[in-house]
Amino acid sequence: MSDEIRHEWPLFEVFVRAKRGLNHVHVGSLRAADHRMAVQHARDLYTRRNEGVSIWVVLSSDVVASDPDDKAALFEPSADKVYRHPTYYAIPDSVPHI
Amino acid sequence: MAFDDAYGALTDHADDARWAYGTGFTDPLAGVPADLPDGVDRADLAAYCLMLGDDALIMSHRLQQWVTRAPELEDELAIANIGLDLLGQARLLLTRAGTAEGAGRDEDDLAYRREAHEFRNVRLAERDDADFAQLMARLLVFTTWRLALFDRLSGSRDPMLAAIAAKGVKELTYHRDYAAQWVVRIGDGTPLSHARMAAAISGVLPLAGELFQAHEVELRLAGVAVDPAVIRGEFDAVLAEVLTAATLEPAELPEVPATGRDGEHTAALTEILAEMQELARAVPGGAW
Repeated sequence: MSDEIRHEWPLFEVFVRAKRGLNHVHVGSLRAADHRMAVQHARDLYTRRNEGVSIWVVLSSDVVASDPDDKAALFEPSADKVYRHPTYYAIPDSVPHI
Repeated sequence: MAFDDAYGALTDHADDARWAYGTGFTDPLAGVPADLPDGVDRADLAAYCLMLGDDALIMSHRLQQWVTRAPELEDELAIANIGLDLLGQARLLLTRAGTAEGAGRDEDDLAYRREAHEFRNVRLAERDDADFAQLMARLLVFTTWRLALFDRLSGSRDPMLAAIAAKGVKELTYHRDYAAQWVVRIGDGTPLSHARMAAAISGVLPLAGELFQAHEVELRLAGVAVDPAVIRGEFDAVLAEVLTAATLEPAELPEVPATGRDGEHTAALTEILAEMQELARAVPGGAW
């Protein structure tokens, strides 16, 4: 066997948009030889129970994630900014749908 | 809202909003009249539904045998899905055959309580597959033919047969695409995979000739059934396109008699029935 032969298909992340959902939601991952096969497999693995109307697949290696070590610097500064939430303000009775 | 079983909850359309995904399941035969159309011979219609139903039932069983043996987990699920789709087609067609026959036999009677010589499937459906390439080559031939057939059959004079075919067209379109992609990948792959697919195609072609031998039942049911001569052009064109993309030689279909349609089968069908009917014969009328 030469080194050029891959013995395992690459990993893809799968996103499915539900009938009533506005956005695609991450539902899981799968292995496939290429993007086209990944969509086909996603259809077979993740939409068998009438779940979806649209599928996205992304190579897992293309996902750029935040570093868990940066968690404090990235996310904790927003912890005390309570005024960024609409619940901070008094809602007038004449505005029912907020 | 209370339900007797989980399926009742899933099929309840009035309260769809409880589910983040899914539901909205529909009955493809809702509102389709079950009466036989005027001027159609009951025995002929029953025989024709049996042919198409047996093709699906036997092919489905062969696909089910690949579960736990597929090369990848993802493909195992794909093959199981295709097998389930075909089993669904078989159930509807055998039920229709029983109704047309009018002798009180239901889908289970026809699936589980017939001998091999009473089955009307083409021999293509019953062959065993020695490797994944053989399975994909056979699936390509089967689904290319059946999709072309069901496409025409959705205009049948029998409204029930037309509705069953219209439902099947959507399923078969996916099955054919799945098989075609694998035939191209394996054919246009390494020298080893190319040789395996070339052998798989030449091995399945002798079985494909039977698909285009018009049976007297098909010819007598003009307007209800599809004359296989009508779909030969589409079958040849699709197969040629896939084989070209797969860098394989064009196919020549040998002329062979349609023996399966008259109940003459290979030993492979006897093996399938021994497995498929074992439980139903051991526990007659058993229900779970």
